[in-house]
Amino acid sequence: MWTLLGVGVVIVGFALRVNALLVVITAALVTGLLAGLSAVEVLSAFGKAFNDSRFVSIAWLVLPVIGLLERVGLQEHARTFISRFKAVTTGRLLLLYLAFRQVTAAIGLLSVAGHAQSVKPLIAPMAEAAAEVRNKDINDSDREDIRAMSAATDNVGLFFGEDVFLAIGSILLMVGFLAANNIIVAPLELSFWAIPTAIAAFLVHGARLVLFDRRLSARKPEGRK
Amino acid sequence: MITYSTLYVLAGLLFAVFSFLSLRDWTNSKRYTTALFWGLFALSFLAGDLIGDLGNGILVLVMALVAGSGGLGMGRPDTTSPEDRKAFAITFRHRLMIPALMIPVITLAGTFVLPLILVGGEPLVAPKQSTLISLALSAIIAGITALVLFRQPISAPFQEGRRLVDTIGWAALLPQMLASLGAVFALAGVGNVVGEIASQVVPQDSLLIAVIVYCVGMALFTMVMGNAFAAFPVLTAGVGIPFLIQHFGGNPAAVAAIGMLAGFCGTLMTPLAANFNIVPAALLDLKDRNHVIRAQIPTALIMLAINTALMYALAFN
Repeated sequence: MWTLLGVGVVIVGFALRVNALLVVITAALVTGLLAGLSAVEVLSAFGKAFNDSRFVSIAWLVLPVIGLLERVGLQEHARTFISRFKAVTTGRLLLLYLAFRQVTAAIGLLSVAGHAQSVKPLIAPMAEAAAEVRNKDINDSDREDIRAMSAATDNVGLFFGEDVFLAIGSILLMVGFLAANNIIVAPLELSFWAIPTAIAAFLVHGARLVLFDRRLSARKPEGRK
Repeated sequence: MITYSTLYVLAGLLFAVFSFLSLRDWTNSKRYTTALFWGLFALSFLAGDLIGDLGNGILVLVMALVAGSGGLGMGRPDTTSPEDRKAFAITFRHRLMIPALMIPVITLAGTFVLPLILVGGEPLVAPKQSTLISLALSAIIAGITALVLFRQPISAPFQEGRRLVDTIGWAALLPQMLASLGAVFALAGVGNVVGEIASQVVPQDSLLIAVIVYCVGMALFTMVMGNAFAAFPVLTAGVGIPFLIQHFGGNPAAVAAIGMLAGFCGTLMTPLAANFNIVPAALLDLKDRNHVIRAQIPTALIMLAINTALMYALAFN
């Protein structure tokens, strides 16, 4: 029961906005010590896991090219480009991106898009520009909402698309875990049962994007009701 | 064969450059500790396999202490002004899209083609690692193309990369830290305790409540672990298999697949899923680092309810 105290450290630490790296390492130490390990053993286990999961951080290799493209005006070009299409609203653009992300994820193409390589340089600036063209009264807090919604749309598309693909990590994990418990399922069956949720996610998040458009176009100049 | 080890060398060299450039940046009042932080990250990539488990543990501890004591400062890397960028955008126009589109196209092509190329009888890249390797390759090719096409100085990608990594700050390390915390939780048996508690609250006679405990439990435990993959074995062993599959005769594939997706709803609502929720907030310059989570909560809660309903309606026929 006491081993759950580490989980408590995480929740309290994040709630109090203590530096997340300190929260994580403290939670690891608390959990390990309560499980009867020595401090050296916990630190070694944490160090080994850290070293084994370096592949998580490989994606940072895209930072130089993304920064370079920002330097030469890609975001500005994306803005000008999108504002020429009068039918494109923030919500419709993100709806299109949601469909693209879900469909590509469903055929296993997870790294084709992402926060660093597509949301930051292209999608978020386009979504902002589409709102600005249609309504001059968009304020900074709206702009932040638009950027956050762009990132949210990427996540929703990815999460509720990828499990339709057979060979994705989570499907293989489920097959393996169930097999270890003497339950044999085929990857295809698991993918099949991910389809209803994928459709529902498109409808739910899509509806939110349409409502988001309405909120943005209803924005009035500051100080007027 | 090209594997992740090759990419670790590249990443190590990149962060070593960031560290060196930070050290020379006099505008950063915390340049020594900033350089130390990125230098240690570089060391982990370059020499992680040589310094032993405890060595890696101490390295992480020092990085956490540097970041936790506010040791990371913002430098002022050489970059262009907003006016310059507008002028560049007018000059280069659609040519700017070429390197931007090279990233997804090369990643896509490389994922499929690279594992098929044989060198001395073995594939050029490890098949399971081909996506990330292709992503890294696409970043390098697109970067060189952009340098040539827009005639930028050779230092530009490194200065601009440092500008971005400075805005992300210590959050750049968080995804890897949380993956490691999951390993320690597993070692200490945190999952078993959660599984026991969950199995105790499930009644024998109500299918609906059992489905709710499993789906909501998946979402909650995923929020705590930051990862649905860690929650799935625990909740499925504690509730999914004994109650939903064996006792109520549910279809294993439907229970597992929808259960995992209920977990993904949790991923959308937790700061612990740092690479999805916290890193983009930093990349997009959002004042509230939980802003992306706030944008996701309505979708996540509705989808959690829908997943619960779908499992109840579809898995027990």
